Amino acid sequence: MSILVDKNTRLICQGFTGKQGTFHSEKALEYGSFLVGGVTPGKGGTKHLGLPVFDTVLEAKEKTGANASVIYVPPPFAMGAIIEAVSAELDLVVCITEGIPLYDMVKVKQFMKGKKTRLIGPNCPGVITPEQCKIGIMPGYIHKSGPIGVISRSGTLTYEAVWQLSSLGLGQSTCIGIGGDPIPGTDFVELLELFNSDEQTKAVVIIGEIGGDLEELAAEYIKTEFKKPVTAFIAGSSAPAGKRMGHAGAIISGGKGSAKGKLQALRSVGASIALSPAGIGRTLRNSI
Amino acid sequence: MEIHEYQAKALLKDYGIKTLKSYVADSAEQAFKIAKESEEPGWVVKAQVHAGGRGLGGGVKKASTPEEVREFTKQMIGQKLITAQTGKEGKTIHQVLVEQACQIKKEFYCAMVLDRSAQKVCLIVSSEGGVSIEEVADRTPGKIFKVVIDPLGGILSFQVMAVLKNLQLPVTFFKQLSILLNTLYKLMIEKDGTLIEINPLVQTQQDELVPLDAKMSIDDNALFRQADMKVLMDLKELPVEERKAVAHGLSFVKLSGDIGCMVNGAGLAMATMDIVQLKGAEPANFLDVGGGVDSEKIDVAFQILKEDPNVKGILVNIFGGIVKCDLIAEGLVKAIKLLNIKIPVVVRLEGTHAKEACQILNDSGLDLSFADNLESAAEKIIFLTRNKRDQ
Repeated sequence: MSILVDKNTRLICQGFTGKQGTFHSEKALEYGSFLVGGVTPGKGGTKHLGLPVFDTVLEAKEKTGANASVIYVPPPFAMGAIIEAVSAELDLVVCITEGIPLYDMVKVKQFMKGKKTRLIGPNCPGVITPEQCKIGIMPGYIHKSGPIGVISRSGTLTYEAVWQLSSLGLGQSTCIGIGGDPIPGTDFVELLELFNSDEQTKAVVIIGEIGGDLEELAAEYIKTEFKKPVTAFIAGSSAPAGKRMGHAGAIISGGKGSAKGKLQALRSVGASIALSPAGIGRTLRNSI
Repeated sequence: MEIHEYQAKALLKDYGIKTLKSYVADSAEQAFKIAKESEEPGWVVKAQVHAGGRGLGGGVKKASTPEEVREFTKQMIGQKLITAQTGKEGKTIHQVLVEQACQIKKEFYCAMVLDRSAQKVCLIVSSEGGVSIEEVADRTPGKIFKVVIDPLGGILSFQVMAVLKNLQLPVTFFKQLSILLNTLYKLMIEKDGTLIEINPLVQTQQDELVPLDAKMSIDDNALFRQADMKVLMDLKELPVEERKAVAHGLSFVKLSGDIGCMVNGAGLAMATMDIVQLKGAEPANFLDVGGGVDSEKIDVAFQILKEDPNVKGILVNIFGGIVKCDLIAEGLVKAIKLLNIKIPVVVRLEGTHAKEACQILNDSGLDLSFADNLESAAEKIIFLTRNKRDQ
């Protein structure tokens, strides 16, 4: 088992014929993801990478049986692309796009209420179930199949953590980058819920960072509901307050969102804390 | 992106909110002339920098004669203003706002913020105006009143009434307050505002509600559709290094330590700073060269690090995913040779084409140190910079 995606996931790509869409679709195919086509409005009926191109997501779903989509369209069009995929009632939408305006995400979240689709991202590396399905921009080869679930607000830092795990022989069930934006489609808690009932997953790594309260909310959930060992690292212990650290969401404001507070919250509910980013794999190994 | 008080007030005025008469001046003579011609009974001279707490830092001064206006402006322009929000290095004052003084009955706090937890705009008011809201939140949290605004309905009458009661304003203020709050909300939505803070909002002797200060932030991600906001960006507010980084699409924040960091990805960049600190040194910066890093960006990154006299050593930490390490290595060699970098450089490259990358660096003839993991990379650069300093 795994969560969100597996070898049966039938994937389409929105922004398929663009530079990013093309590059990462090729990589997804190489990895063995079940990519069944793509969407680029105006190019319906043509072929790209040997796969059919459609004008709309609904058409693509009807013709290919797709149940998931990955979005590589530029920020001004990303809100429309997400809402289109949600309207087509796909199970999963992964939005890689960085730089979507916040009010667009406010609208997306309003629109998604009561709908069946789950959104991962935006501004994220994607989702991977090793050796089965890779959706996104992460390098496939660093991952190994195994019992560890990974949830992260970061991209390359996730690769670092996964690399440490794989090097220690600890494979992963599913790795999810929820993205570095202030308003993510899916948060830590929702994914912990899924990992909680996933048999393959025996332990979970949470990689958080400064800003917002997603880690604190995760701690609340871990305290009352989560049954498996959790290891956490929070990036930004050395970051000054009031300065945005690259990610739109990585800012300590009004004394809230510091690494210290998040670590305290997670430690108090029994999570193993990796103080050093170089010790994420080791800390997890010692916790199980 | 933040804008200045005078820019925010101009926006408020455009949207029909009554503001006090005010003029921007960038010299003492100009301020004097403005005061002389405007014939007010008094003025307030206000430093225009992106930071709160200006009053306590000496950046807001009451003047009763044009001569005083000139004198205060002279004292401010060109000087560094240090407030609770600027850090100890302060911010240079380039302009002042000369504003008509007014007679105040009561001061309030009023702000709208796009709240990331609520994922909606929240209105925050308090009867404690003119002081830092963080302080009010600490001391008397009961005096902060918060209203979540539903995007479907906007601000509704019952919410205005609740605010009115909370601020203990008489019902005769209902219409004024309603117009003010609705206008602020409209401004937030139309300009992609993430924050509008009016502190204080005052009730004047004439019983008008007037914003005495105004602070506004715009969502950086929305600047592509906010051309008229984008032009309000004041690059002078950024440290020189950050200006250069912004121009080249790098994400950079200057810090106070001596270990320069060059990393791909924001999370990994923060983690790299963290490990430098854990190992007993201080990072000189946050620097994310991004996913689409090329040799030009590496070049600019090294230029920025080289120009900082505090930087005594550089730690390069790249996890090549989509970015191929060998391309980064070529960029590194080129930049280090071109810029004649003499301080210690430790390189840690992992991921796609890492072996080829090490070969390139080895063959370059440059005096570089390598590390095969994050921990030893941090230890090495700290050891090398300390050693160099001791010699």
